[in-house]
Amino acid sequence: MPAHLSIKEIADSQAQLRRKKLVLFAFTLPLLLFVMLAFVAPIATMLYRSVYHPTVAQLIPQTLKQMQGWETQPDTLPDSDSLVTFALELKSLAGERRSGKLAEEINRVFPGASSLIKSTARKLKHLDEQEIIASQGTILLDSHKKWHNPALWHAIASAGEVWTSRYYLTALDLQLSPEGAIESRDTRIYLKLYWKSLRIALLITLLTAVLAFPLSYFLANASSAKANTLLVFVLLPFWTSLLVRTTSWIALLQTNGVVNSTLKVLGIIDQPLELLYTEFATVISMTHILLPFMVLPLYSVMKNIDPSYFRAALSLGAKPLPAFAKIYFPMTLPGLSAGALLVFIISIGYYITPALVGGTDGQMISNIIAFHMQSSNNWELAAALGSLLLVLILALYWLYDRMVGVNNIKLG
Amino acid sequence: MLSASAYLVLAFLILPILVVIPLSFNAEPFFSFTPGMLALEPDAYSLKWYQEIIEDDKWLLAIKNSFIIGFFATLIATTLGTLAAIGLSNPNMPAQRWIMAVLLSPMIVPLIITAAGMFFFYTQFNLAGSYLGVIIAHAALGTPFVIITVNAALAGFDYSLVHASLGLGAKPGYTFFKVIMPLIRPGVISGALFAFVTSFDEVVVVLFLAGPEQRTIPRQMFSGLREQINPTILAVATLLVIVSALLLLTLEYLRARSERIRLGTQ
Repeated sequence: MPAHLSIKEIADSQAQLRRKKLVLFAFTLPLLLFVMLAFVAPIATMLYRSVYHPTVAQLIPQTLKQMQGWETQPDTLPDSDSLVTFALELKSLAGERRSGKLAEEINRVFPGASSLIKSTARKLKHLDEQEIIASQGTILLDSHKKWHNPALWHAIASAGEVWTSRYYLTALDLQLSPEGAIESRDTRIYLKLYWKSLRIALLITLLTAVLAFPLSYFLANASSAKANTLLVFVLLPFWTSLLVRTTSWIALLQTNGVVNSTLKVLGIIDQPLELLYTEFATVISMTHILLPFMVLPLYSVMKNIDPSYFRAALSLGAKPLPAFAKIYFPMTLPGLSAGALLVFIISIGYYITPALVGGTDGQMISNIIAFHMQSSNNWELAAALGSLLLVLILALYWLYDRMVGVNNIKLG
Repeated sequence: MLSASAYLVLAFLILPILVVIPLSFNAEPFFSFTPGMLALEPDAYSLKWYQEIIEDDKWLLAIKNSFIIGFFATLIATTLGTLAAIGLSNPNMPAQRWIMAVLLSPMIVPLIITAAGMFFFYTQFNLAGSYLGVIIAHAALGTPFVIITVNAALAGFDYSLVHASLGLGAKPGYTFFKVIMPLIRPGVISGALFAFVTSFDEVVVVLFLAGPEQRTIPRQMFSGLREQINPTILAVATLLVIVSALLLLTLEYLRARSERIRLGTQ
């Protein structure tokens, strides 16, 4: 006979469960807050930076204000008031040594504008303000014929937009035509690089799978003492610093390195091969670095496969190869897919190894993000490229969670 | 045929790591074996690159930084991660799947994205170019590993032990240190080791966030490999291989221990 609970007892037990949930949540809260502030907020800032770009609007606020309304007329110049305001703002920027920043920003939208703005700024610096106002803007127009080009002024207005999709368009090799339509660029840089990163990541995933399969099978079917000893050879690389492993591949692959010397001694080659600073170097060293991530999940799945299924298939008359393909292989798929997704996710965003051994040939999307962060200082473009990469990674992470479950990640 | 290919793959895994060890004793400033080394002439070998590490202030600072940053990052990651794992491993935890996905995400997001985002965000709080900034960043990167290992140690944890302890009048803090902690200690320690190695090995965030004062060992190796390759890096690499071998031994010991504890409680 089922026990009947009074309404009070039910309410009490519900209150107790709520309290218990609250206590459990309280355990997790400090880390949740920490990760939100130290990790999620920075990522959100990056997403924000990819669409929010106030630099130009801060440099020439008055000009942009006056040009409002004019923007819709494609083939005319802004009115003389706007020209005068721009000349005055450019002059004061030149005085504060900030005109270079403006030149750099406009140049990203209108290539070639950099030198024009810098030279005009130098001229304006020595002129009197009254003189500029009196000229009604002709001083500016007379300084260079490029100032007569309405497209340049539209570029300035567009660079002045605080919220912009410009960097995403650039990151996808697209641009806005003067009429405001989206069109593809003549040269494809970034799509090619995304494609290349995907290709390299896929190749590395395939290579690690091909190398890991026989090794894991061998380890899973060896005696446990032997398997534990041999696993050290998988775990030691896993625990060894990434920089150490990259250093090793530099020592191995360089012109007078171990690989070339050995091949020379064996008489296979006369001249050393160019191995380092190529795409080949990126692929082989990353395959080496990521191989343990494939071996470990595959091994743990294979270890739990009951060998009697395979034997039963053989004794029932199946030939070894079909029996392997139809009976054994499907049972390894959970390990294989876990390893493959992990290797693919890690390799697609890899930065350090391609940067050190890849030369110009073996660079991936992360390297161009680092380039825009550190060398060209185009942070907004770096943020847009990074956001696109992030979307790709999160989609894969979601897939991994669906297929493997993030709760099932095991280490070592 | 199978065992031959398995051993070949093992050789592919281990030989590239071992090759740096003899090369680090090179008497010449090269990254390759000299004829003298191959003929095993004693003169071709030397310890001078090791001496170079000890005499170079930059390397000494890098070693010191790596340990300071690694220590504090591990401390934060292990404390917060262990607490969170205790909540997360309980089936009554609300929104468990979502919180888990967020907390493990630092492990999945490419470091270049993390580093760029942290650069934008931390600069606003003057944390770029400071020890605190790098420590916070590394702690965030290390927490997923602590959660995973402590979670694994808590699998099959008998919560009635906690109820018994509390029911017998023990305070929550006492229960935590005297009942829960001894059972999950191996998981906590291996999580801490993972967190330490994550920080010790991390270079992308350091590249973006650290100033010259906070240069770590991998950062120093990175610029060494980019600018002027010299065998000091090989000597450092050899020392790091030894460190990771010791780490591996410690972890194997811990694993065996935690297996014993798990079997013992069942």
